[in-house]
Amino acid sequence: MSFEIPDDCRFLDSHEWARREDSTVRIGVSDFAQDELGDVVFVELPAEGDAVTAGEDFGVIESIKAVSDLYAPVSGTVVAVNDDLVDAPELVNEDPYGDGWMVDVEIDDESELDGLLSPDEYDDQIA
Amino acid sequence: MSDDPTDPDAGDDGSGTLGYQQARWTDSADRYEPLLSEKDTTEVDVGGDDSPLPDDLTRDSLELPGLSEPELARHYTRLSQMNYGVESGPFPLGSCTMKYNPKFTEDVVALPDGAVHPDRPDESVQGTLAVMAGLQDYLGRIGGMDAVTLQPPAGAAGEYAGILIAKAYHEAQGEDRTEVVVPDSAHGTNFASAALAGYDVVELPSAEDGRVDLDALDAAVGEDTAALMLTNPNTLGLFERDIETVAGIVHDAGGLLYYDGANLNALLGRARPGDMGFDIMHYNVHKTFATPHGGGGPGAGPVGVKADLAPFLPRPHVRAQPDGTGYERYEPDHSVGKVHGFEGNWLVLLKAYAYIARLGDPGLADASAKAVLNANYLATQLDYEVPFGPFHHEFVASAGDQDAADVAKRMLDYGVHPPTTKWPEIVGEALMTEPTEIESKRTLDQLAAAFDAVAGEDDATLDAAPSETSATRIDQVAAARNPRLSWQALGDEE
Repeated sequence: MSFEIPDDCRFLDSHEWARREDSTVRIGVSDFAQDELGDVVFVELPAEGDAVTAGEDFGVIESIKAVSDLYAPVSGTVVAVNDDLVDAPELVNEDPYGDGWMVDVEIDDESELDGLLSPDEYDDQIA
Repeated sequence: MSDDPTDPDAGDDGSGTLGYQQARWTDSADRYEPLLSEKDTTEVDVGGDDSPLPDDLTRDSLELPGLSEPELARHYTRLSQMNYGVESGPFPLGSCTMKYNPKFTEDVVALPDGAVHPDRPDESVQGTLAVMAGLQDYLGRIGGMDAVTLQPPAGAAGEYAGILIAKAYHEAQGEDRTEVVVPDSAHGTNFASAALAGYDVVELPSAEDGRVDLDALDAAVGEDTAALMLTNPNTLGLFERDIETVAGIVHDAGGLLYYDGANLNALLGRARPGDMGFDIMHYNVHKTFATPHGGGGPGAGPVGVKADLAPFLPRPHVRAQPDGTGYERYEPDHSVGKVHGFEGNWLVLLKAYAYIARLGDPGLADASAKAVLNANYLATQLDYEVPFGPFHHEFVASAGDQDAADVAKRMLDYGVHPPTTKWPEIVGEALMTEPTEIESKRTLDQLAAAFDAVAGEDDATLDAAPSETSATRIDQVAAARNPRLSWQALGDEE
């Protein structure tokens, strides 16, 4: 089974992705993660203005199979939250890199992105 | 009658499975037995100008169910027919110890002397206090503990109380320990109890044989360790053979050993946690001593401790008066306070007392022997592989290429309750099975026949199951995404 791994994303080995947008970094979970989790029923996210720290949990994702922490790929301040996930957590399953995004972060240290797994490295990990 | 061998309604095919079709009461194609509020209602006039309350807090009429007594009785009987319990058939839900609760315990708690107001003075309730002290003594002797509190209202509440006692003990020693170590195969409540008490939870990986990994334990335990929480036999049904070494490692580091009483049914009358080095334990009286499983109702989870920890027990505690004239309630010197009111849910505890007294030492030892024998016999009859052993009162089979949750749903069609599924995760597609001591060989054979019938079926059959039950496939995703938690939400849009 092959999973979508966009070229413009970088990854944590815990299956979160980070993608540089115009002035922020957008964060979500990978196609592989949503498939492993199964039907997502609940996502708990931080509020705008909250700080997130690379490698530490910033939220919770719950599927009918499991409850997992969400880990931040980068450190920074949350500037936007995908409120659509409150009523439609299935967006994480349907479009993990698009409408299923979780938070936008104003990043503290641009170089943190470089320390994440490249698409190829992530592909190797889940292969 | 069908000739289809996969049809549970088919005639006797010699397989030994039960023919089964559950009652299904409906008032329409898509609605089960309606709620009382959905049945006939009557508008009742409750108006009147004599209320001193403001008008916006009063009303003139009420909608009340307009049912006759027989309609009410039928409603509840129908609901019970659409349910499945240990009085319907075998209920081998692993780790939950769903043993049958003998009816004589109901007679005992129905005695008028059983229910006394908890605020009555000690001298007027000496008989009740004597039975409480007697139960504390029974439980202490069964677990190898020096003092027992009856107050916690559930097994998980007992865990929490036990960890609070450990915390208070360490603080009294002037020590600030921050971690509780829990094996990865432990019951989820262990992690929760430790976290709720403010500890960081350190998860301990299991060794290849499914037991505690001593090297990993050695590495995990240190000066920050407040306690190790363990159940023995563990959740795979395996006895922790190195328990004395485990206790030594934890005690040498200054930590305490906590026993999760969930699996005590395997040890009754044969081995005692206190003798293995455990310092604190809770008793799941609903598992081991045949009181009702709670499900949110009144429950009990007594906690036993070694003598050093007795001063930290919740208040009030019951004891024989030092002068030997009777019994009294008192506050232990360094009590952690209250974890529930009074002496806990007393009538539940009284059932445990009655059960223990009725069985006595030989009966309790016989119960554990049969619990272990039944699990081992059943496992030998199954086509599913059981990767870990030798096990005691429960075993974890693997559904292999089948989905364990689908296996469970299909087993319902054969008139048996399925095992616990998909846990512990150390076994792939786990079928965690605990028949308990109550089942006869005939019932165990029926259970095995149901397991084996499902083991031989294809995925399409499993995916479509259950079909013989009152409720069939539940849409778990919709239920989780759009929970309707009150009857008042019944009319809500999807």
